[in-house]
Amino acid sequence: MKVMHCPLNGPRNIAEFITFGEVNKMPVPDTVDDRAWAEFVFFANNTAGVVREWWCHTPTNYWFIADRHTVSDEILATYTIAELFPEPFNTGESDG
Amino acid sequence: MKYLIIKNFHCSEQSVLKAYQIKFLSEKFPKIRLYVFGLRAKRGGHFDRIIRVCGILPLEQAMPFGLLKYGLSKRYPSKPDFVAPGDLKKSYDIVIVGGGGHGLAVAYHLACYWNIRNICVLDKGYIGGGNTARNTAVIRSNYITPESVNFYAEAVRMYGQLSNELGYNMMMSNRGQLTLAHSDATIRSFRMRAEVSKHRGTEIEVVDRQTIKEIVPNLELDIHAQPILAGLWHPDALTGRHDSVAWGYAVCAMELGVEVHQRTEVTGFEVVGNRVTKVKTSCGDIQCGQVVQAVAGHSSVVAKMVGIRLPIRSYPLQAMVTLPMKPFINPMVSSTALHCYVSQTSRGELVIGGGPDPYELYSTRSSLELKEDLAGHACEMFPFLVDVPILRQWAGIVDMTPDYSPIMGPSELDNYWLDAGWGTWGFKATPASGKYVAQMVAQQKVPEVLQPFGVERFYDFGLVNEMGATAASH
Ligand SMILES: Cc1cc2nc3c(=O)[nH]c(=O)nc-3n(C[C@H](O)[C@H](O)[C@H](O)COP(=O)(O)OP(=O)(O)OC[C@H]3O[C@@H](n4cnc5c(N)ncnc54)[C@H](O)[C@@H]3O)c2cc1C
Repeated sequence: MKVMHCPLNGPRNIAEFITFGEVNKMPVPDTVDDRAWAEFVFFANNTAGVVREWWCHTPTNYWFIADRHTVSDEILATYTIAELFPEPFNTGESDG
Repeated sequence: MKYLIIKNFHCSEQSVLKAYQIKFLSEKFPKIRLYVFGLRAKRGGHFDRIIRVCGILPLEQAMPFGLLKYGLSKRYPSKPDFVAPGDLKKSYDIVIVGGGGHGLAVAYHLACYWNIRNICVLDKGYIGGGNTARNTAVIRSNYITPESVNFYAEAVRMYGQLSNELGYNMMMSNRGQLTLAHSDATIRSFRMRAEVSKHRGTEIEVVDRQTIKEIVPNLELDIHAQPILAGLWHPDALTGRHDSVAWGYAVCAMELGVEVHQRTEVTGFEVVGNRVTKVKTSCGDIQCGQVVQAVAGHSSVVAKMVGIRLPIRSYPLQAMVTLPMKPFINPMVSSTALHCYVSQTSRGELVIGGGPDPYELYSTRSSLELKEDLAGHACEMFPFLVDVPILRQWAGIVDMTPDYSPIMGPSELDNYWLDAGWGTWGFKATPASGKYVAQMVAQQKVPEVLQPFGVERFYDFGLVNEMGATAASH
């Protein structure tokens, strides 16, 4: 059994988690051109090495971030979102 | 007794003429026993005419000529298949990165049909050591888009002839594939797949429970909470010996002058302007006219060396086989809802496969969770398997695209060609991708069949969506 350290729930079986892919910045949909948008939607770095990814502990629906080595399958560190992003996200959408 | 063996007999107008000649021969020399190879046992058209007109009986299609020769001779063939070439030359017209089925098929087609012989195939490991000899060898064409059905149907037809074409025994076996529906929604998609495929000349039909019972008598139809409602029966589907596909192409390509360098890893490229001028390898640098990359799970890693980013994510895909048993299932049986498919090899082992791992990884490690899942679902379909031990298990790294279709086509660079994104479905495509990628590189023009599969489709939002017809069916 492979174990992941969840910042909220502690060490748990990796089967309880799902990943949502690499942490990257979404381009602003209103201003980005089609090509760059397609890049964002479909293309991937697919790095063989350390990757910073979104993960979710599904039983508690708790989202966090993990550094993982995609060749050795080691989970190097996990973070709460607030640790890495103290400022709230700017999605480019206006408040109104 | 004398034998007359006629090789590569194809069904065309010409063959009808040839058939008359054969008939004449056989009447004139009744003592000669006649064998005809290469007849496609397809009903309709020329085949019927040849049979009717000449009364020739075709020998079953997938018997390689070489095998019969050795069967009749007293000596065992001692010629080694693979003779390692010397050092790398300074330059090649075409450098193919990746010695799996795809890379080797491209090399063979370039050498044999386009007369380009100054080619090297480079593999960091050994030929076929990637996914080509790790897959579960499902060869089928029951996809959903006309573009895919066209392409894969040709691949299936080519596979039927491949042992003959290469003189290498691939043990192709025409088992058929049965895909199971556990919901009305799946039956609707089966109807669509059946209609599209029939329209393109593939044999396929939606079948009811009674027919399923006849095709696979041991299958449990009343699976708890997910009873089997109907099936998609695709009698054209084949299976075979996967490593021999890499070997067959390699042996024939080498006979034509292609160099196959194993344990030669590509580590980088030199790009000048819009062209790759040099391929850097662990055994020295070489100059190149054209470069084809066919490295499956490592597509993104190699493409990155020339500065190309692809719509590909790499995942492990796991499979396993049980101890050999007496034959009890003839077709390949697949259930998307259960994420599991089962077939029985000619040795009697059950091959069990399913969907890829839940997260991206460049490691061929296996995981107990996935193996337990596979075993559990296989036992739901065939409950009497519970006590059967697993004999071997393994994983390969698969290059998944967002639409479950491959990427074959040009790249941003003028002389760099892509054969990638073969994910969990690329073994069945090997002969057709070899043929058309070779044509594309030789003519410097994308053949019509390949046009829907270029990487540009992702920028145009023109996806070839095969997710429903691919996930866990392979
Ligand atoms: C478990 C499993 C089951 C599958 N089942 C099916 C199935 O039933 N039906 C089906 O159609 N498909 C199936 N597939 C998919 C199929 O196996 C692949 O799509 C297909 O074999 C890809 O062939 P290839 O020649 O492109 O790649 P590979 O055979 O993987 O060859 C790529 C080669 O590139 C080499 N390479 C990588 N990087 C470098 C480098 N830097 N320099 C030099 N060489 C390099 C590797 O060593 C490797 O030998 C399955 C795959 C797996 C893993």
